[in-house]
Amino acid sequence: MTKFIVRRLLQTIPVLLGVSILVFSMMYLIPGNPAQMIAGEGASPQTIAQIEEKLGLNKPAPVQYLSYMKNVVQGDLGNSIRSGRPVADEIKARFWTTVELSFYATILAVFLGLIAGIISAVRHYTWSDVSIMLVALFGLSMPNFWFGLMLIQWFAIGPEWMPEFMKMRASGWGDDWRQLLLPVITLGTGGAAIIARMTRSSMLEVIGQDYIRTARAKGMGERVVIYRHALKNALIPVITVVGLEFGGFLGGAVLTETIFAINGMGRLTIDAIRTRDFPIVQGTVLIISFLFVFVNLLVDISYRLLNKRIDLN
Amino acid sequence: MNSVLLEVEDLRTTFYTDDAEVKAVDGVSFVLRKGKTLGIVGESGSGKSITALSILKLLANNGKIVGGKVQFKGEDLLTYSDKKMRDIRGNAISMIFQEPMTSLNPVFTVGQQISESIMKHQNLSKKEALVKSVELLKLVGIPSPDKRVKQYPYELSGGMRQRVMIAMALACNPEILIADEPTTALDVTIQAQILRLIRDLQKRLGMSVIMITHDLGVVAETCDSVAVMYAGQVVEYSDVVTLFQQPKHPYTIGLMNSLPRHDVELEKLESIQGNVPNPKEMPLGCRFAPRCPAATDLCRREMPELMKDTEGNDIRCWIYSEKWEGEAEVIVYGEKRIAESRRTETILSD
Repeated sequence: MTKFIVRRLLQTIPVLLGVSILVFSMMYLIPGNPAQMIAGEGASPQTIAQIEEKLGLNKPAPVQYLSYMKNVVQGDLGNSIRSGRPVADEIKARFWTTVELSFYATILAVFLGLIAGIISAVRHYTWSDVSIMLVALFGLSMPNFWFGLMLIQWFAIGPEWMPEFMKMRASGWGDDWRQLLLPVITLGTGGAAIIARMTRSSMLEVIGQDYIRTARAKGMGERVVIYRHALKNALIPVITVVGLEFGGFLGGAVLTETIFAINGMGRLTIDAIRTRDFPIVQGTVLIISFLFVFVNLLVDISYRLLNKRIDLN
Repeated sequence: MNSVLLEVEDLRTTFYTDDAEVKAVDGVSFVLRKGKTLGIVGESGSGKSITALSILKLLANNGKIVGGKVQFKGEDLLTYSDKKMRDIRGNAISMIFQEPMTSLNPVFTVGQQISESIMKHQNLSKKEALVKSVELLKLVGIPSPDKRVKQYPYELSGGMRQRVMIAMALACNPEILIADEPTTALDVTIQAQILRLIRDLQKRLGMSVIMITHDLGVVAETCDSVAVMYAGQVVEYSDVVTLFQQPKHPYTIGLMNSLPRHDVELEKLESIQGNVPNPKEMPLGCRFAPRCPAATDLCRREMPELMKDTEGNDIRCWIYSEKWEGEAEVIVYGEKRIAESRRTETILSD
């Protein structure tokens, strides 16, 4: 197992390198010259040249990349153009907000998705299956931002008769539990729908397997057959989806954070893109990509724990 | 000693699909005596496995037992509740399946899977059950059982897995072991080992076995009595010696003719003309009539009942009834014989 983890860790290195190259080249893909932006409009060519010199922007791209990576490895992601503060500090202040939001959304998605998927599979082709899958289809098709706005309309603003203490908050994060619910639901619903559909199809496949018949032939009760024999097998593909969902939430939190005025990494990124604050954009994209790779690593490990046959040679 | 343990009477199982009713088992009767082995033979799709699954009530959701009785020690299992059935399964009656590769759960160790039924049916602790699992693995001839017990199915070969299945089935000293084509998916050398193992264990533990197979060689080697099935029905039911020496039903005769033999020289192997009828469109009369060399209008018009002949064996064929007119030529091992008409009475009338 240790050998497996080490090997898997080594495999992430090329992925991370590739990601960092892409992130670095973003600077060239964003229209406009960064030095020009720092200097502001109407700055003299001399000032721009000075800034380029200072930031090393006049050197060839590979050299710039190497020095950028050297700093990244040491935890220095550069300074924000707008605030002048280190990018690492800007991200640190918002990192946990986004991770927390994504984490709660994942828990919600897994909880709802698994229950709905199992019920659907066990009672397939009954009206409860059909209605669960219909709701899941809605959850899947509904755009996040619209759903978020509707939730605000119904539960934060609310109808006139709704007493004040029942109303949810639609701005901020971390001061009040009432701030938590709506963004988590907004972010998690789509994932719950995907997990429900995945669990259903995976369970249906497993329930038809020979070893399920064997379990019944041993005299096992339906509960044991479903939750012990079937679910553990059916979870294997679901785990992958859960990992991808969590990664997707990290990146997808942008909309939710914007709607609910949550000061997370997503919002930081959006603001940075708007103001062409490329070190911040680079930094956040890099961090989110790294997190994504890390989550996938965890998925592979849990995959391996569940299914001993997997050998990722 | 020859007491009846299991008696299946006119069992009928139907599957309901969107567009049709499929009578997979339609009139199966046989008796299993204590310590004896009953063979159920037939082609694929003849209803052998469905018969076995019906006995344990393990049918898929769209399958239903629509008639008959399954008397186990005098009690009809078909009247049992789900809960009572679960106490029978894996305990008094257990079953092993055709596909050892897929019949074990890939995410649990061999030990976990064997101890599960011990824990349920014998109320032993996890530890005690695991000790017993090791003993069982030893019993079925698995080398270094204390190591194997901790392994996952993917670490074992097909033959080993079938041994594990047998160990699992024997975990609670069943009175009946239903073996559904236990050797079909295995290599020939392993087949012999597994058959010998089942026979030895049967002798040692005194259980009765229902051996489901399409292989007449397996029948000859292991069974005391045989039920030959065709298109969901038992067409001939007799003791194994009679069946091989004097097969009566034209279908059984056809099966025997299509066996390679070392004492008769034949240019080529006989085969039974035609195909098994589509279960959605069963023939009106005898189900074998479209393929039967001796079929008459009577056969095509009316379905024969399972009748007892003078020797007490059952046969479903008009040739052996009083209704039969004239003589029928039946070819046995390349020799033409005249089937004798015997006095018979239907099972249902007695």
